[in-house]
Amino acid sequence: MNWLLLLEQVLNGFQLGLLLFLLAAGLTLVFGIMDMVNLAHGSLYMMGAYFCATFTNWTGSFLIAAILTLPAVFLVGVVVEIVALRNLYARDHLDQVLATFGLILFFNELTRLIWGPIGLSIPLPEFLSTTVEIIPGVPYPTFRLAIILVGFLVAALLYFIVSRTRLGMLVRAGASNRDMIGALGINIRLLFTLVFGLGAALAGLAGLMAGPILSVEIGMGESILILTLVVIVIGGIGSIKGAFIAAIIIGLIDTVGRSFLPEILKLFIAEDSAATAAPAISSMMIYLLMALVLAIKPQGLFPPKGVGR
Amino acid sequence: MTLSIRFFINAALLIILALVPFLTDWAGDSFYTGLVSRILILAIAALSLNLLIGYGGMVSFGHAAYIGVGAYVVGIGAFHAFEDGIDWMLNGYFQLFTTLAVSAVIALIIGAISLRTRGVYFIMITMAFSQMLYFTAVGVETYGADDGLTIYSRSDMMGLIDLNDEKSLYYLIFVSLLAVLYLMHRLVGSQFGNVIRGTKSNEARMRAIGYSPYKYRLTAFVIAGIIAGYAGFLMANLSDFVSPDMMHWTRSGDLIIMIVLGGIANLFGPLYGAVVFLMLGELLSSIPLTIGGLSVGEYWQLIFGPLLIFIVLYARNGIDSFLPGKGRRT
Amino acid sequence: MTAPDILVVDKLVKHYDGLLATDDLSLKVREGELHAIIGPNGAGKTTLIKQLTGEIASDSGSVLFGGKNIHRLSESERSHIGLARSFQITSLFKDFTVLENVILAVQAHKGHSFRFWKKVDQDRTLTDPALDILRRLKLEDRKDELVSALSHGEQRQLELAVALATEPKMLLLDEPMAGMSGEDSARLVGTLAELKTHYSILLIEHDMDAVFSLADRITVLVYGQAIATGTPDEIRENAEVRQAYLGEEA
Repeated sequence: MNWLLLLEQVLNGFQLGLLLFLLAAGLTLVFGIMDMVNLAHGSLYMMGAYFCATFTNWTGSFLIAAILTLPAVFLVGVVVEIVALRNLYARDHLDQVLATFGLILFFNELTRLIWGPIGLSIPLPEFLSTTVEIIPGVPYPTFRLAIILVGFLVAALLYFIVSRTRLGMLVRAGASNRDMIGALGINIRLLFTLVFGLGAALAGLAGLMAGPILSVEIGMGESILILTLVVIVIGGIGSIKGAFIAAIIIGLIDTVGRSFLPEILKLFIAEDSAATAAPAISSMMIYLLMALVLAIKPQGLFPPKGVGR
Repeated sequence: MTLSIRFFINAALLIILALVPFLTDWAGDSFYTGLVSRILILAIAALSLNLLIGYGGMVSFGHAAYIGVGAYVVGIGAFHAFEDGIDWMLNGYFQLFTTLAVSAVIALIIGAISLRTRGVYFIMITMAFSQMLYFTAVGVETYGADDGLTIYSRSDMMGLIDLNDEKSLYYLIFVSLLAVLYLMHRLVGSQFGNVIRGTKSNEARMRAIGYSPYKYRLTAFVIAGIIAGYAGFLMANLSDFVSPDMMHWTRSGDLIIMIVLGGIANLFGPLYGAVVFLMLGELLSSIPLTIGGLSVGEYWQLIFGPLLIFIVLYARNGIDSFLPGKGRRT
Repeated sequence: MTAPDILVVDKLVKHYDGLLATDDLSLKVREGELHAIIGPNGAGKTTLIKQLTGEIASDSGSVLFGGKNIHRLSESERSHIGLARSFQITSLFKDFTVLENVILAVQAHKGHSFRFWKKVDQDRTLTDPALDILRRLKLEDRKDELVSALSHGEQRQLELAVALATEPKMLLLDEPMAGMSGEDSARLVGTLAELKTHYSILLIEHDMDAVFSLADRITVLVYGQAIATGTPDEIRENAEVRQAYLGEEA
């Protein structure tokens, strides 16, 4: 086995995992606090990528574009929450699934209308498109390393906010006991809108960072949405810690699995059938993991106390 | 027994559906026979899903997977008959039996695990399983992977019925729809249906009065899977094509939309829902309106998306709320 | 000569997040008696019922029903050996009619329900017993109403009807009079007086007039512990009870 390749793939796994975490963090809070299924979270991720592509085009600088994108997606999130989602919190999951499904259709079509059916690309500035030697002789793309750093920073910041601040206290209280924050006399509507906007901004951040690596295209939100849902369900709905751990696991399994499964399979079956079976099996692995986790722990790995009783 | 207005509307719809091939012959446009066939097949699948969602409160978000399974059985059978000359794989009864058996086994496995969970977890795990099947189909190069399989010859029903004849196929679909409607009618009113509906209404009380709902829910899950698999069998024969896209999670979303559009826990609801959903798509996409150089029809989902939200928010019983007379209470 | 015990609760314990809801509780209910449990709010009365029906698992202790240890039985299995409960907060099948509610309970005790074809409402083995029970509880003329169309008092009657339809040996009634008007309660006291000639009953109730007029024996529960058991007269005289409980209200 190629150890250097493994190291690179592990880093890639962390990078995917952290992107997933950025998406999952907002989504799991919305799930946990408002008991709301939001399928349109991927659309906010897509908005992040498209906004960033456009702003990069206007300003000529990826960094300025990134800084502009965050408040823009925050705003989109707030508007979506006020116009559509706010009225859905009290509804059953079926209604929420349908209405947010409608939002996906709307966002996809709107994107096609504004930006056209062909995808965009986000050019990176010089200093981010180089490589860094992580250990002597092993180059790794600077931008991917930056994603990992930003991901960890945001995760740490979120951890701080959720565990140390008043907002975080309310959020945690909300995830385990929805009636309680109402009893505290907090303006719940405002809290929900803020949390949703924050979640949207995080999704936008994930989108703008994924943009230069993957491609900026319609439907990019859906494939990653499903991965994100898997992450929060494995982690336990409403749990930031669970989302973080599950995101890293999923990121690693998906990335490392894809590059090493063919090698591993060759040990058991003929080479050409290994080559054809491997991609399918590696795509399925995370779903298998999720099924396994739920079969053993129907509430995920870290079910917040009081939820789902 | 009094006959309500609703009864006559339903009867009128069925009579019109029975006449569709002749109507389109008369209009000289056979395109619509195909479209209506498609609607009826999806209605069959939506009817089966309504047993879970509407009557049982089990929001399964992976029901399209069974349509895919059924369709792939036909596709793979035709593939081996065509490529390898294995003629018996084209046998319609063999294909049908395999479809039903495979969908039953898959539904049994998925249901056995998924039904241990509740609420959002159930929605997500059923979706995850359907994505597993989707990626399986995408991954198998032999059967076309992403691109799917073209079916060069339809199921051979040994002279009992010729599926290559559009009219015969249409009537097979139509009769199947009637059968599934009647089956659902009996099922929902039976002791079994009573348990399924009771568990949706109040699971805690069901346990307290002596039921263990799990095995009944699992049975419903398998029945629904088998019927959706059968819908896939019909779909493959209608479209002569099968691809992973049929199992994509958004297709499962479409089925849920049909149920809600038609009015949940209503026997005929999924049929109306399927009609409205597909007709709306046809209609909106052919709006001959152009605003500022942009064709409205081309961007019809821009209208459909918000419409869906509007329906969820303000017309919760779907088109059921617009039809006169009361259907089965919801 | 006293009747044998139908229910024997021995040293039952239940913790909730460090709080003792049921604290080493022992209790015996004789066959055919109406045994009332009274106690201030938070004494652990509903928790006890849930432990008896198996809705929540006990930490330790044992429950014998008809001489048999029911520790390992699930909630539905306990229903099948003759334990039935009613709920403090009405727990009915809201989108079903009155008759359908009772049928559902009757059906649960007529073997399995894997019967896919025959219409329930045309099956007289189900409708006849259900109608009998509705007649007993004077709900017969409301049989085709949806639950939501019933008054609160009628819903409480139906709550009881659903429990009776499971052909129980013993009824666990969790505040059957909760939220009832004086007139409705009086009617229910009449119903319970009639029921106690057919069933062993464990009654949790805050309405002291009803308890003292109906009960053969009373157990007083405070902080998860039984502090006294005796006839209504004995309980009235008991100094500890007066201090701990009745004293607050008198």
